[in-house]
Amino acid sequence: MTALLEVKNLKTYFKKKKVNIPAVDGVDLKINKGETVALVGESGSGKSITSLSIMRLIPSPPGEIVDGEILFDGKDIVKLTENDMCKIRGNDISMIFQEPMTSLNPVLTIGEQIIEVLMYHQKMSKSTARNRAIEMLELVGFSRAKALIDDYPHRLSGGMRQRVMIAIAMSCNPKLLIADEPTTALDVTIQAQILDLMKDLSKKSDTSILIITHDLGVVSEVADRVVVMYCGQVVEEASVDDLFDEPLHPYTTGLMGSIPSLDGDVERLYSIEGTVPPPEHFPVGCRFAPRCPHAFDRCRNEDPSLITIKGSRSVRCFLHGDKEATL
Amino acid sequence: MVSYIFRRTLMAIPLLLGITILSFAIIKAAPGGPVAMLMDPKMKASDREKFEEKYGLNDPVYVQYFKWLGNMAKGDFGESLIKRGTPVSELILNRLPNTLLLMTVSFLLAVLIAIPIGIYSAMRPYSPLDYTFTVGSFLGVATPNFWFGLILIMFFSVTLGWFPTGGVATLNAPFSLWDRIHHLILPALVLATADLAALTRYTRSSMLDVLKQDYIRTAKSKGFKEKKVVIKHGIRNGMIPIITLFGLMLPSFIGGAAITEKVFAWPGLGQLFIDSAFQRDYPVIMALTVISAVFVVIGNLLADILYAIFDPRIEY
Ligand SMILES: Nc1ncnc2c1ncn2[C@@H]1O[C@H](COP(=O)(O)OP(=O)(O)OP(=O)(O)O)[C@@H](O)[C@H]1O
Ligand code: SF4
Ligand SMILES: [Mg+2]
Repeated sequence: MTALLEVKNLKTYFKKKKVNIPAVDGVDLKINKGETVALVGESGSGKSITSLSIMRLIPSPPGEIVDGEILFDGKDIVKLTENDMCKIRGNDISMIFQEPMTSLNPVLTIGEQIIEVLMYHQKMSKSTARNRAIEMLELVGFSRAKALIDDYPHRLSGGMRQRVMIAIAMSCNPKLLIADEPTTALDVTIQAQILDLMKDLSKKSDTSILIITHDLGVVSEVADRVVVMYCGQVVEEASVDDLFDEPLHPYTTGLMGSIPSLDGDVERLYSIEGTVPPPEHFPVGCRFAPRCPHAFDRCRNEDPSLITIKGSRSVRCFLHGDKEATL
Repeated sequence: MVSYIFRRTLMAIPLLLGITILSFAIIKAAPGGPVAMLMDPKMKASDREKFEEKYGLNDPVYVQYFKWLGNMAKGDFGESLIKRGTPVSELILNRLPNTLLLMTVSFLLAVLIAIPIGIYSAMRPYSPLDYTFTVGSFLGVATPNFWFGLILIMFFSVTLGWFPTGGVATLNAPFSLWDRIHHLILPALVLATADLAALTRYTRSSMLDVLKQDYIRTAKSKGFKEKKVVIKHGIRNGMIPIITLFGLMLPSFIGGAAITEKVFAWPGLGQLFIDSAFQRDYPVIMALTVISAVFVVIGNLLADILYAIFDPRIEY
């Protein structure tokens, strides 16, 4: 399998009052063609900043990619000019966001918001683009697309708006779709519909997906591979099956404990004690050490590195791999 | 939409009535009167009574009001008490075009300068240019019109001689467009400054708010360049709160115009208002009050119509 996207040692920092806030601090990530990768982790672990870095949409100032490479189709996105990046955004890589209610422009018709992308990237004429927009709306499940196209977003529910966002994102057949918590704001039945839709579309058009979520239920449903993030770093990476069979990192184990089980045992929801430290107060040594039930002396003094295990998965923890080798 | 405009216009009638009652009461309560202004020390008491009798100044206030209201309903604003024999409507019609011209030009000037500046400032907040505009607009808000006007006259008209010191046109000269524009520039600039400054600030803060919205991030994620994002997705949203301001600015131009017109000897309604207020020329004051009130109503109505054009979420 060839890699479509390869993020290497990505560091995205925010500069505030002379302190550097390392929101993303050396992330490695790989997405193959046609693959769906889930990026999970608690709030504040740097998932959104990672994805916005890939889109080169980090608010700057204060944010900046300070180190690393983002290879997309072999080209390093970090080095592209803004003009070249504009040709990729919305065309080769597109993105849908967590907030369907506010992500559409309230003063433009739904049709216009799809058509403008097609005219811009695909150089379609207005009427061709309009037909394609209707097709896209039908594809994402609107039966009366022809009427809907001239409507304004305020008449639509959250789930419908998210489907419009998907129609916009998929209209140029992107190679990569980044979905930042696309279903968090929606209720459960709609969540399932949206996830099915994304799976379906990616299969049809061979689009790779990077889906960001802190819901492991969503992960097991859609993803091929999982990348677990904590405090701006990747702590574990494995195929879905491997990860659910045998989570290696204590943080992953903790997250799994946090899945609300089907019999409604909600008390287990917050089974990792403590909270994610803010980036300006990341602890030295293993960043998870203050919350880790297995932490030992070495964890508090030394940074564990991400090591490959069994050839197919990797983990950042002293409990795994050759403990002596790195001493 | 048409029915909405009709309903709104009907609703404005009680408002207008209320305004006329209030202004009538206030004017009558003010000390002095036209007779005192006109009074010739040699005037006999009987002549004075005759004058007051003729213009109904001795009737109870409410009788005077209803007489006035009845006449006005017929389109008759009465005669000026000071320039005797001249119908008020003639006085007003002579000056209305001048005021409208000054107001429109300075309004356009304010809008055309303020909005681009406000948008730029929002796109590059805290940049050197933004700071410059900020300081400039605070000065603009803080500077009284009459003072700014006098300074401009002193510098550009008296010292440099670039512009005429006042009036709408050179006296006794044939009509010339350039001459009219030449006379218009300074007063329009002065009248525009205060609103220009306020409008710049409002545009800046409104656009700053809009540019933080999620749909702007969506527009960026589509690959549009900054200019297109701001022009296509930002401006229309940013203008929605500004529209209210347009509605409020329209009547405030009349108040602002009064002083500017006085400074630049611009024969408009504002000047007429100041003069007639000092002379207690009741019919003229009342007519001007009604016109201002109508401007307020029109301003609000225009703002509402603009709202509907800019914001599809508003339904009637
Ligand atoms: N504009 C900013 N300025 C400073 N720090 C920021 C900024 N944006 C994000 N951060 C920091 O970056 C860290 C990672 O944020 P990010 O939004 O990527 O988290 P996340 O994993 O997406 O969390 P969530 O699940 O809540 O979306 C946070 O701790 C946050 O404090
Ligand atoms: S390195 Fe140590 S502290 Fe960190 S996760 Fe592993 S055991 Fe826990
Ligand atoms: Mg996030």
